[in-house]
Amino acid sequence: MIGSHTRFSPLQRLLHWLMAICILAMLFIGVGMVSTVMPKYLTLVSIHKPLGVAILVLALIRLTVRLRYGAPPLPADLPEPMKLAAQLSHYALYALMIAMPLIGWGMLSAAAYPVVLYGDVHLPAILPQSDGLHTLLWNAHFYLAFAFFALILLHAAAALFHALVRRDGVFDAMAPWSTRARVAPAE
Amino acid sequence: MIPPRQSRPHSGVGSLILIAVVIGACVVTFAYTAGWLSPHRLTPDRLVDAFSPGGEPLGHRRNHAKGICFTGHFEANGAGSALSSAQVFSRGQYPALGRFNLGTADPNAPDSTVRVRGMGLRISTPDDQEWRSAMINAPIFPVSTPQAFYQLLLASASKAPDAMQTFAAANPEIAAFGAWAKSASWTGSYAEDRYNGLNSFIFTNGSGAETTVRWSVLPSAQPVPVSPEELAKRGPDFLEQEIVERVRGGPLRWTMMVTVANPGDATADPSKAWPDDRRTVEVGTLVVQRIEDERNGPCRDINFDPTVLPAGIRTSDDPFPAARSSAYAKSYDRRTAEAKYYPRTAADAKP
Repeated sequence: MIGSHTRFSPLQRLLHWLMAICILAMLFIGVGMVSTVMPKYLTLVSIHKPLGVAILVLALIRLTVRLRYGAPPLPADLPEPMKLAAQLSHYALYALMIAMPLIGWGMLSAAAYPVVLYGDVHLPAILPQSDGLHTLLWNAHFYLAFAFFALILLHAAAALFHALVRRDGVFDAMAPWSTRARVAPAE
Repeated sequence: MIPPRQSRPHSGVGSLILIAVVIGACVVTFAYTAGWLSPHRLTPDRLVDAFSPGGEPLGHRRNHAKGICFTGHFEANGAGSALSSAQVFSRGQYPALGRFNLGTADPNAPDSTVRVRGMGLRISTPDDQEWRSAMINAPIFPVSTPQAFYQLLLASASKAPDAMQTFAAANPEIAAFGAWAKSASWTGSYAEDRYNGLNSFIFTNGSGAETTVRWSVLPSAQPVPVSPEELAKRGPDFLEQEIVERVRGGPLRWTMMVTVANPGDATADPSKAWPDDRRTVEVGTLVVQRIEDERNGPCRDINFDPTVLPAGIRTSDDPFPAARSSAYAKSYDRRTAEAKYYPRTAADAKP
C-alpha cells in the first residue's frame, strides 16, 4: 500500500467521476421509467439494462484498482466518528454498485424476461424462474435504489463539506483536476 | 516531501447553505422525475389501478385475468423472411406457449359475459430470442391513445350517468369498436376466433429494408355463430371446458398473417383499421397441441409483454406497446407478489 500519496491515482479519479455520472443517470432513469407509460418508457428501459451492466463491470474494475492502489489517508485531525462514517459509507457504496446490477439481472431472470443489452445481444438468466425470488429481488432493487440515492447525497454533502468548510484536502484527493496549485499561491 | 498546504477551515454559514441548496435541488429533481410532484402523470400504477375499481384480483393478471394455458409450436413457412430477419420467420418449427383469455379483470367472470377474447403468445427460437404478443378478437382497438384508454376505464367505472356519453363525445373513434361489439357474432370456442395484434410494429429484413406491419392469427376451424344468450346456458366456464375437449381430439391451427402498411396508413393509431387491399403475407401456422394447467402451468408467471421482440421486429410510432409493456410489468410485479392469494393447487386454495 502506498501511504504517502495525497490524491487518488488518475485512473481512480477517472473511474469515480465516470461512475458518478453513470450511477446518477441510472437512478434518475430508474425512477423515471417506472412512473411513465409513454413511449420513452421503452427507451429508458433499453438504456437502464446495458448501463446497469456497464456499472457492474466498472465497479469490479474499480474495486480491483482500489485494492491495488488503496486510498490516500484521511486527515489526522478528522474526528473518529467522521472517519468511521466515511469508511462505512464507502463500503456501502461499493456494495450497492456491485449488488444493484446483479439484483436487477436476477430479478429479470426470475421473471423469465430476456435481458437484452442491445439488439440480439442477450445476457443469460442467472436465476431460475420464480415468483418468490422475483418479488424478493424486486423489493430489494426498489428500496435499495432509494437507499443508494440517499447515500450518494450524503456522500456529495460530505464532499462539499470537506471542500468548502473544512478545506482539508479530502475533496482535492478525488477532484478531477488539482485545485491545490491554483489556491495555494493566492493565500 | 513538502506536505500539501491545507487551506484554513472555513466556518461560513454561506457554505452550509450552498450545500443544503445543492442537495435539496437534487432531491427535488429526483422527486419530479419519479412523478411524486405530478399527480396527473399517467403512471403504470394509475393505469393498472383503473382496471379494477371494485378491488384487485389478487394473484391474477390485472386484465385478461381469466384464461387457460396452451403449448404447441409455430411452423414458419419462410415467407416472412422477406419482411423480417427474425429467425422465427425462417422455415422451421419453433416452440410456442400461449394463453387463451378473456378481456376482463375478473378471474371468475362467466365466459358468456365477456365480449373481448384474447390470445397471449410466446414463440422461442434457437438463437435464444423470443417473440411475445398479446392479441384480441376485436379488429380494432377502442381508442387512439393510452391516455384515452385510461379515461375510458375511468368512464366505465364512473357512477355518473352520462360518463360514457361524455367520453364517446370526446373520443369519437370508439364508435367503430362499439359497432363491432354490437354486431360481430360470438362463437362457442376459443378455437373459432381470430386474434389480432392491433398494434403496428416495424419489420426489418436481411437487407435492412423496413416495413410497418400488423399481424393476426386466423383460425382454421370454421366459426359457428352462437348468441350470447345461448352461450350463457353452457355454464360459466364453457370456453375452457370446450377447448380442453377439442384439443384432446387433435391439434388446433391458426394461420399467422402479416399485413403491410402503405405509406400514410395510420400506423400510430390501433383504433383505425387499414384498408382491406393492403398486402398480406402468410408467414406460418400456429399449432396448439396441448392445454396446460392454468393455475400451476407454464403461462402463470409469463408476462406476454408485446415489446419482447426478436431482432428484426421493433416497436413503431404506435404508443400502445410501450404503455402496455409498462402496465403489464406493473401487473406482473403485483400478482407475483400475491402468489399466496392464488395457490398453485386447488387443494391449497381451501383453508
